[in-house]
Amino acid sequence: MIKKTRQHISQNESLLFEISSPGKMGYQLPELDVPMMDPAEALGGNTRAEIEDFPEVSEVELIRHFTRLSTWNYAIDLGLYPLGSCTMKYNPRINEVVARTEGLAWAHPYQPESLSQGAMEIMAELERCLAVITGMDAVTLQPAAGAHGEMTGTLLIRALLTSRGNPRKKILVPDSAHGTNPATAAMTGYEVENIKSNEQGMLDVEALARAMNEDVAALMVTNPNTVGVFEQYIHKIAAIMHDKGALVYMDGANMNALVGIARPGDFGIDVMHLNLHKTFSTPHGGGGPGAGAVAIKKELEPFLPGPRLRRENNQWHWDYDRPRSIGRVRSFYGNFGVLVRALAYIMAHGGEGLKNATMDAVLNANYIRKLIEPYYKIAYQAPSMHECVFSDDYQSKKGVRTGDIAKRLIDYGFHPYTVSFPLIVHGALMIEPTETEPKQELDLFADAMISIAREIEENPAIVLNAPHLTRTPRVDEVTAARKPILRWKKPAESQVRAKPGDLRPDVPAREPALPASVR
Amino acid sequence: MSTYPENFRYTKEHEWVRVDGDTGTVGITWHAQNELGDIVYVDLPKVGAHVAERGSLGSVESVKAVSDIYSPVSGEIVEINDELTTAPEKLNHDPHGEAWLVKIKLAAPDEIKSLLSAADYQSYIGAE
Amino acid sequence: MLSTIGVNSLEDLFAHLPEDVRFRGTLDIPPGKSEYEIVDYFRARAAETAAGYASFLGAGVYSHYRPVMCDVVVSRGEFLTSYTPYQAEISQGTLTTIFEFQTMACQLTGMDVANASMYDGSSAVPEAAMMAIRVTGRRRVLVSRTVHPEYREVLRTYAQHQGMPIEEFGYENETGTIDTADLESKLDNRTAAVIIQSPNFFGVVENVSEAARIAHAGGALLVDVFTEAVALGVIEPPRDADIVAGELQSFAISPSYGGPFAGIIAAKEKFIRQIPGRLVGETKDANGDRAFCLTLSTREQHIRREKATSNICTNQALIALMATVFMTVYGKEGMRELAIQNLSKAHYLGDRLPRRFSGAYFNEFVVRANGRTPGQVNSGLLEHKIVGGLPLGRFYPELDGCMLLCCTEMSRRSDMDVVAEALRA
Repeated sequence: MIKKTRQHISQNESLLFEISSPGKMGYQLPELDVPMMDPAEALGGNTRAEIEDFPEVSEVELIRHFTRLSTWNYAIDLGLYPLGSCTMKYNPRINEVVARTEGLAWAHPYQPESLSQGAMEIMAELERCLAVITGMDAVTLQPAAGAHGEMTGTLLIRALLTSRGNPRKKILVPDSAHGTNPATAAMTGYEVENIKSNEQGMLDVEALARAMNEDVAALMVTNPNTVGVFEQYIHKIAAIMHDKGALVYMDGANMNALVGIARPGDFGIDVMHLNLHKTFSTPHGGGGPGAGAVAIKKELEPFLPGPRLRRENNQWHWDYDRPRSIGRVRSFYGNFGVLVRALAYIMAHGGEGLKNATMDAVLNANYIRKLIEPYYKIAYQAPSMHECVFSDDYQSKKGVRTGDIAKRLIDYGFHPYTVSFPLIVHGALMIEPTETEPKQELDLFADAMISIAREIEENPAIVLNAPHLTRTPRVDEVTAARKPILRWKKPAESQVRAKPGDLRPDVPAREPALPASVR
Repeated sequence: MSTYPENFRYTKEHEWVRVDGDTGTVGITWHAQNELGDIVYVDLPKVGAHVAERGSLGSVESVKAVSDIYSPVSGEIVEINDELTTAPEKLNHDPHGEAWLVKIKLAAPDEIKSLLSAADYQSYIGAE
Repeated sequence: MLSTIGVNSLEDLFAHLPEDVRFRGTLDIPPGKSEYEIVDYFRARAAETAAGYASFLGAGVYSHYRPVMCDVVVSRGEFLTSYTPYQAEISQGTLTTIFEFQTMACQLTGMDVANASMYDGSSAVPEAAMMAIRVTGRRRVLVSRTVHPEYREVLRTYAQHQGMPIEEFGYENETGTIDTADLESKLDNRTAAVIIQSPNFFGVVENVSEAARIAHAGGALLVDVFTEAVALGVIEPPRDADIVAGELQSFAISPSYGGPFAGIIAAKEKFIRQIPGRLVGETKDANGDRAFCLTLSTREQHIRREKATSNICTNQALIALMATVFMTVYGKEGMRELAIQNLSKAHYLGDRLPRRFSGAYFNEFVVRANGRTPGQVNSGLLEHKIVGGLPLGRFYPELDGCMLLCCTEMSRRSDMDVVAEALRA
């Protein structure tokens, strides 16, 4: 039974370009206090008369447009968002407020150091906190996102190994890894060798030992890994790598399972990234921005991207004199606005609070696992950390796959879990509730999952054709890929009237075609 | 289901080749397109390119998967099936006929001897 | 919850971890603070910056007014707290705004297709170069010295282990535009891309069509970079370029000490499958109505893994939304008026000063510090609560006595008069 949702009116809305009419505007610039410059005179012939087909709307049309579109989205603010590996926790609003503090939001990266001390202090304090949390020796805040951090970390590894005489050729990547890992290795000039996981969902230590030789630069490991299982033999794994002169990189995507409980620096990790937009609560915003701080052991420090913060005479300075650096990975110093939010989160929690958050995250994941395990096949028996991974083995016998269950979950008022990842699990359902979900929401979710399992037994068609209650039913991704339309184009005059699928307000709303059972 | 023509030779990576004189026509099998689902894009090599046995012949894509195509034979690409670039869905409908991928002037005709017969291929995919 | 799970305490949930990986200490982070204390801390830090100063800094980061609407829209929880729109049925809001963003990015740049954003302008440059390499099958990259110095540094970082040699070409000493003779002499049949910036780092507008002609004659692609997107409201879009890599910080995104910003890559239609990052496409839903979804995902790392066009995953979607709202607020007329105000302010100041280059400029220009160092000039201006220009010696030794100044619609005439006085004396 669907408990969390019911249908309600949803506004139609056309594209900005379709609601535009010539001459409308929603801005007012101040009167120029200097003589107006003629563009043609200033720029020669190099000018344009206008930006063709650019929108022209009034302020109220603008706010309605974007507000209507916003109601077509699901969001954490509306409920559980259990995307495994994505750590969709609540985004505290205090973070948004402090990031907009004028002296921080309007600080120019090239303003004098003497007038940047507050911003630099924030970065220094965040670096310190992240080093404490990871048990590492130093942190760079420059990378813009997790994958960018991976690239930075891999370049650091390459630089260190090169300084020891041989950059080596290969990076080992478990078959359960995020796609960014092999993609990053390739961008930094390494070959990728996949290492199999064992029947417990952990890295196969013997396979790793067999694959290990002097050509291997590093292992990229995620811990807990993408099936939510802690790599029990991480010390042994690190020793295998270190014995042959290789390094261990940790993808910190799942750090929400470890903060305050275990520190990568203590279990043999040489370099890792943190996704500040996951573990440290900065909002995902429909796909970004994030920040991908990289934490390292001392021996990698000389190679960090410049500039680095340096304290001298009670003042912060940017040190550009980094002769052994791998170079910049982006302009300026990093996604500072995201860093401010992450520090605010850390301050709000304090050391103990951070550890409590971790314990609650693991509690919530295990609670969900326990409730739905009778109905879905757990991928691995090993204990779960902050997320639990099931396979659709029971349901696929009825012809229902993980993607279908996900779509049906939408009708129940939830964003789906991560679908079909990790690749090593057949038909994976990867569920990460995070610590910020109350018990009521978890119970509703478990109820929904159980109810869907029953529907699959009794009437799989209702799941196979889901979602039924969304304003948009399933979309045709095949045609989108075969005949890509990636931008709006002004229709030819003759076609303006007959354009199909146009949501003009004078078109009556379509009666939703619902099966009787879900009305 | 589809039948697998007797006069084709097959690979374990699900390509087929049909030899006419010194030319081999290459495609992917019914099984391969069925596994991929709706094919949305086909990437083919250029005419005149030389390809080694097991060398890359490009790739076929569905919405959420990419599959590399490996050449069953070595030689020079003499023709490509341009129609697939605008109508990739043909690969779902007629992979053994109209939706062939490339024609190769065989450099070593003996190579096909090591490929699977229709019966062997069918028992291979049955067992897979 | 504990009894449902079958454990006695929270600690039991971690009992399976080997003891030697456990952290038994306390994290050296002060106890949790109240909302008020946190606000107070950041206000105090903000007071230790240039709050309340007028600024003439540009150089890739511009102080433009942010219309109220921009913050209002991105603060809606449905945009702020949603994830990447993988589930199209409950993400049509984000998907539609990205489609609008891609469209406006094309209209702005004169390109056919644009992606849903890159991290920033600097990382868009190597991504564009890698794209040119995939398209041409060549590996060498020629980049103008008038491209933002930090962008060029990032390009070198990305390129260093990918077998893509990077070489620079110079600028005309008189005009500040690219030295076409130097470019032509360095262009060869191994060159995949020629990278220029317009307006360039000196604020000078380049002849993109001429650069494209030269690049194309050598069989290379032309990549045009921009850092000041407001300029595109009045200058001719780089239609003859093959790839445009830019930074949209100017569109409502606060300078925020250097990030987060939003980069874009736009290109000609034929390069669509080589574009990195996410793309949103139009399609239909099961009712036959228009709908949007992420598309051409097979280019991306989560499917193609080590053979992907890029490793990018998280992008700058919310920032791109902010830019979309900004472009909508100003619209067709406002974008032009805003650009003309920038142009007018900059020329009010620039035309009174000893400018180093004679080329046409938009809202930035290089001036000589006339007998003093840029540092001395800037120190004097700080006394008037004005942050002056960027001294160029760190990036261009030959321009040691010069500084780069920027004026926007926010620059007050009275402050500009103080700057003019300081540089004249």
